Amino acid sequence: MRAERLSHSYRDPRGGSVQALDAVSLEVRTGELLAVVGPSGCGKTTLLELICGLQEPDSGTLQAAPAVLMPQRDLLLPWLDALDNASLALRIAGASRPQARRSAHAMFAELGLDGFEKAAPAELSGGMRQRVAFLRTLLSGKPLLCLDEPFGALDAITRAEMQEWLAGALLREPRTVLLVTHDVEEAALLADAVVVLSPRPGRVLERLVLDRPRPRRRSDEQVLALRSRALEVLAGGSGR
Amino acid sequence: MSSRAARLSVGARARTTRRRERPLASRVLPPLALVLALLGAWELYVVLSGVQRELLPAPHEVASAIWHGGAPLWRNFAVTAEEVLLGLGLALTVGFGLGVAMHLWPALRRAAYPLAVGSQAVPIPVIGVLLVFWWGFGIFPKLVVIALICFFPVLVTTVDALSGVEEDQLKLMRTLDASRWQAFRLAELPAALPAALSGARVALAVGVIGAFIAEVATPTTGTYPGLGRQIMTDVNLQAAQAYAGTVVLVAFALVCFHSLALVERRLAPWRGRPTGARQ
Repeated sequence: MRAERLSHSYRDPRGGSVQALDAVSLEVRTGELLAVVGPSGCGKTTLLELICGLQEPDSGTLQAAPAVLMPQRDLLLPWLDALDNASLALRIAGASRPQARRSAHAMFAELGLDGFEKAAPAELSGGMRQRVAFLRTLLSGKPLLCLDEPFGALDAITRAEMQEWLAGALLREPRTVLLVTHDVEEAALLADAVVVLSPRPGRVLERLVLDRPRPRRRSDEQVLALRSRALEVLAGGSGR
Repeated sequence: MSSRAARLSVGARARTTRRRERPLASRVLPPLALVLALLGAWELYVVLSGVQRELLPAPHEVASAIWHGGAPLWRNFAVTAEEVLLGLGLALTVGFGLGVAMHLWPALRRAAYPLAVGSQAVPIPVIGVLLVFWWGFGIFPKLVVIALICFFPVLVTTVDALSGVEEDQLKLMRTLDASRWQAFRLAELPAALPAALSGARVALAVGVIGAFIAEVATPTTGTYPGLGRQIMTDVNLQAAQAYAGTVVLVAFALVCFHSLALVERRLAPWRGRPTGARQ
């Protein structure tokens, strides 16, 4: 995935125009996990929607493999059980419901959801809902995954669990991932490279690379170093 | 806020969200006690005030009229019940179909919504004669009247449920490569169906009165013209019979209302208990 000088504006409810992104350039190589961090409202979600083809950029060029979006909220359909929700993409691709359930089941169990096939979304914990949503994204079969603050709505303990879980899941199912987050530590823990965006309109302030192989620990020197560097950049970018 | 609580809860155990049923006695006793108290007051009023029986029969006379109602009461009731159920079915079909069409074609929505609202203000007798001229003295013109009165709540709840599906949900369907039809079938239709049933439940309350209006507005040739017409005939000379018919209609409306609530709960357990059916 390569984006060059992407800019995008949207209309606010009062009819004015808000610039969300200002000449953002990014590159994600196959198999790489790139994290994009930035303050709230820096156009991170807009960036993912552009890459997933949900919106057209005002200017700039974008070359991207087919990309799938995992939105901030899990958006599980309440009338489908967990396995039906996870296998939604397979049904959209034309599989019958039993077929879709059968093909999704192996990975469903692998991601630690065994025994919850028939649970309604409301019966699942927050972490489990995110896992189902992640599997739904994975099973779309698209080479590029765009994760929009996947753990933003979780409490700190569950978030830490889920970060380890995601690292493990990607080790087993390697994909190219673009991870948007406002959690600098999460980025340092999971990503091969981290791009820091400025407050709105989003501009690339710095690109930081981590050369320590995954899985990493929070206490690893490189993780701590990248975390403090990213925070420095963010603090400088907001004019403090 | 239980979904928020679920999102925040740590651990991998499934929570059961179903509310515990209250014991039967505490659900049945309060309405029963209220009805009995009102009946007692009514009986006392009739006895003590000396009001003319042609004006207001006593409850025991109404009960006796139901008990001895025989064929006239029950055959007429069967006619009316059939009208209500078929008319409601027609209203559900038309209201839901129109709601879906309005959702898919916003131009149709802008064009037809004001007319749908306006249709609710039409005094039925104005068009009663025309309906009979078109479709004769059978059941069909009555179904049209009931459907005309009942389709509106179904339409409104369907349109609201369809436009209530979040933009983000539809974006998700698009990023999973769903066609417009697939997004509709998987993400919108299941939200709209129980909403249409809710609308039908609201419609039912006016549907019984709708059947009454239909019978009065469009004449019938059969031996049993329906409870509505029967009540109109009885109300001047045989007040007890007229009240008996009314009581039967009220009981019928209650049974239908709760049956629909039950169906709704079966079809859409994620929505929680339908409002108005809580006891």
